[in-house]
Amino acid sequence: MPFVVRRLLAVVPTVLVVATATFLALQVVPGDVATIMLGVDARPEELGRLRRELGLDRPLVVRYVEWLGRLARIDLGTSVSYREPVTRLVAQRLPVTVSVALGAMVVALGVALPVGIAAARRAWSPLDLAALAGSQLGLAIPTFWLGILLLLGFAAAWPVFPLQGYVALAHDPAQWLRHLALPALALGLERAAALTRLVRAAVLDELRRDYVRTARSKGLGDATVLRRHVLRNALIPVLTVAGLQLGFLLGGTIVIEQVFGLPGLGRLLLQGIYARDLLIVQGAVLAIATMFALLNLVVDLLYAAADPRITYD
Amino acid sequence: MSTRPSALRLPLAPGSPAPPRRHRLNPPLVAGGALVATLVALALGAPLLAPYDPTAVDPAGRLTPPGGSHLLGTDRLGRDVASRVLHGGRVAMAVGATAVLIGAGAGVPLGLVAGYRGGTLDSLVMRVMDGLLAFPALLLAVMTIAALGPGHVQAMVAIGIVLIPIFARLSRAQALAVRHQEFVLAARALGAPEGRIVARHVLPNIAGPLVIQGTVAFSGAVLAEASLSYLGLGTQPPTPSWGGMLQEARDVLFIAWWMAIWPGVAVAAAVLGFNLLGDGLRDLLDPRLRGGAGQ
Repeated sequence: MPFVVRRLLAVVPTVLVVATATFLALQVVPGDVATIMLGVDARPEELGRLRRELGLDRPLVVRYVEWLGRLARIDLGTSVSYREPVTRLVAQRLPVTVSVALGAMVVALGVALPVGIAAARRAWSPLDLAALAGSQLGLAIPTFWLGILLLLGFAAAWPVFPLQGYVALAHDPAQWLRHLALPALALGLERAAALTRLVRAAVLDELRRDYVRTARSKGLGDATVLRRHVLRNALIPVLTVAGLQLGFLLGGTIVIEQVFGLPGLGRLLLQGIYARDLLIVQGAVLAIATMFALLNLVVDLLYAAADPRITYD
Repeated sequence: MSTRPSALRLPLAPGSPAPPRRHRLNPPLVAGGALVATLVALALGAPLLAPYDPTAVDPAGRLTPPGGSHLLGTDRLGRDVASRVLHGGRVAMAVGATAVLIGAGAGVPLGLVAGYRGGTLDSLVMRVMDGLLAFPALLLAVMTIAALGPGHVQAMVAIGIVLIPIFARLSRAQALAVRHQEFVLAARALGAPEGRIVARHVLPNIAGPLVIQGTVAFSGAVLAEASLSYLGLGTQPPTPSWGGMLQEARDVLFIAWWMAIWPGVAVAAAVLGFNLLGDGLRDLLDPRLRGGAGQ
């Protein structure tokens, strides 16, 4: 079976484990779920209807199987607080979260690649030491605090960027970029700190190898050796970790969306928690975790393009 | 071929700057250790050091800028920011320590037994751990809190659960590496029970990496607690927490900037301290990395 098909099939058990964990987590909620969702003042007939709708009057296993069946049809139930299908709510907010996470990845790679490569080329120079110290500091600064500082600087003191909100890409690309710039920067710089250390270590490791000496001895210039040989090898571990970092970024969007008032999946999840709307919580968690699993898949598939030593037959 | 000095050749060429020689006293260990010791001392001494009661409301003195009797200013309820930052440190350290204890307390035995015994038990434990790792860490913590409800005890449990698979994987890998070594075989030949071999022989041999992981996990736990409290899911008001203080600052960002600075500095200092300490301990305890450049 070709690798792509095998790897695609491997996503199914991961998503199943994630779905099961999400289902089970919300079964251990202390107290009566219907009362939690509708509040103590809810009428008994409303409570009864919700209990029937959620299947609370049936055994756990039956509920689980039914829930999986609905999940297979991408039916996540109807939100009590929004009175809308959860699938629609998730679909509306998905582009915001994806935009923030991808924007942050662009920032992370845009900073980490040049800084990491420059630091490795001048190992132990003041520039390298500054990059190492900067990355250590960058890892320590919480993304939401950096977000607040960016708001203080670029939305208050020097109001270049908007304080809150989001504009869809299709509606106005320039405004989309303006609204995304600060959130992507806040989220991306922390990941840039982690990636810079990795890029530096990977490039430094490759620079010491024999093939670099060979390439130089046959007369290739620095830039060519770096571009054609060193980076192609050094960037393979970077690609792996960058893919995993996207998972961090998806988690990070929960906080960043709150700081910048972005109507994404993270915000939906929090609104679900605040309103005790467990179907929203379930839907948002599933959507984010499934995206994480799919991203890991994409990273695996990208290896083939980056590393000719890996053949996926 | 160009004759100019090659930057690419630098790490290879004779006479090129070598990695700085590691001194017996490694700088990250000293800097991280000093920072952590200071923060722990400040947290422990907060009741003595804090000039005011961190929850005492003073409507007349609300949003006072830094200076005078309030060194770091006051918040919108007139509470002293310096006192709240100091007491917030106690919450951060308590949550960090408890979460690491939960994560290591459950993860290490699970990983040790899985790695040492192998077979079906190993597969079962590690599949569950892989399932937990299939969630982005913060999402798993938020989902746990969605189930348990907000609060700082719940935050400790949620962060602890996130740490379990990390400790389990590390302990399993380490246990796998030592289980066929001669000292383990010797103990088995002497008739020592399995439990005793794991506790008395395997565990002490893998303690180094676990201590390093514990230190790094502590910094992650402090950061996670701040994030959860910022989202209103961790420590609840009026108990001071660094994340909660930053959430309160968000609403008055443009008129009381000082509220948004000091709790953030405190989180960053704590995370930096524990990260540096972890790096330093890695240099000290892991001989494979000594003298290496690829840190």
